Amino acid sequence: MIVRILEEGQYEVPDSELASLEALDAELSAAIEANDAESYSEVLSQLVERIRSSGTAVAPSTIVTSELTIPNEGTSLDEMKRLLASGESVEV
Amino acid sequence: MGVMKRLTGIVQAKANKVMDRVEDPRETLDLSYEKQLEQLQQVRRGVADVATARKRIELQAQQLQQSAGKLQDQARQALAQNREDLAREALSRRAAISTQLDGLKAQHDQLVEQEAKLVATTQALQARVESFRTQKETLKASYTAAQAQTRIGEAVSGISESMTDTGLAMQRAQDKIAQMQARAGAVDELLASGTLTDLTGSSDPLQAELDKTSAQSQVELELAQMKGQLAPPGPSGALPSGTAAAPAEEADDGDSTAEEAETVDALPQAAPPATPTPAVSDAAASDNLFSLGSEGGQS
Repeated sequence: MIVRILEEGQYEVPDSELASLEALDAELSAAIEANDAESYSEVLSQLVERIRSSGTAVAPSTIVTSELTIPNEGTSLDEMKRLLASGESVEV
Repeated sequence: MGVMKRLTGIVQAKANKVMDRVEDPRETLDLSYEKQLEQLQQVRRGVADVATARKRIELQAQQLQQSAGKLQDQARQALAQNREDLAREALSRRAAISTQLDGLKAQHDQLVEQEAKLVATTQALQARVESFRTQKETLKASYTAAQAQTRIGEAVSGISESMTDTGLAMQRAQDKIAQMQARAGAVDELLASGTLTDLTGSSDPLQAELDKTSAQSQVELELAQMKGQLAPPGPSGALPSGTAAAPAEEADDGDSTAEEAETVDALPQAAPPATPTPAVSDAAASDNLFSLGSEGGQS
């Protein structure tokens, strides 16, 4: 599957990684819900690192859509919340 | 899937807004290409903006460094003059500068990171634009084939997603620049208001105080010497006080000083050692310090 790390690019990640990515994603959701900036940035770093290490970078000249999207690890909890909230305004 | 799925949906929704899909898919391809070229220009300007912001911070840090260096010199100077209060003031101002520098460094790091990311984005975008140009011509040539329309749709979606990501990166860089400008403005204000006085300027109150102290201690030293000479009521006492009084009358036509000069002048004749001393030290504490200092310099 193709995963995009925002501001970085796309990665082709083996499907076998999906379960572990989902587990980290669930932790990330919980940290955002709990407004826990510390564990948020820790889990985000782990998640992004996992994508980088298990996947292979897609050449920028390859034009494909992504199945999953994650901001890079430099994204603060506030920025993440704004990003998620911006989806609501798009849908309206 | 939680956050990652939601974000994918958000990016796609934004991407659909980015691209105007028109009736003829071939036209959509051309429009996409034009938009990419526009975006490439925007990102290049973005790189230049971030670099400008970074340089402004570097310049401010340089100014603060100079101020900090000068404050340290002043602290040493103050200590040498036994003015621990002034040394303390200089060092606490230096500590305030250090805090400002810490803040600037954090922002500088962020801007350097943004700059590197935008440069990488520019390179990726350039490669993508070039690749898209070739693909779109191929797709247009095979437009009549049944599957071509689907592939055009995919190419446009893919390119829209990338453009949305680039747009987000640009927005983030602009946010960082805005934050930097707010902070840089605050530092400029601080420098201007004198809270972190630009010590290269002549209107530095700390330096003025140090100069004053320097002159003051010289006066005290000379006073001590004079007192030492006056204390034994011998003939030697009359000479220095006489020489001291004469230039004061020439140098200063202010009334109060003239009166003081008379008192000092009266000293050797009446020789009451206790009373005139406070009068002289009051004068030393006031603005007349400099005239007394120059007088002392002549004797």
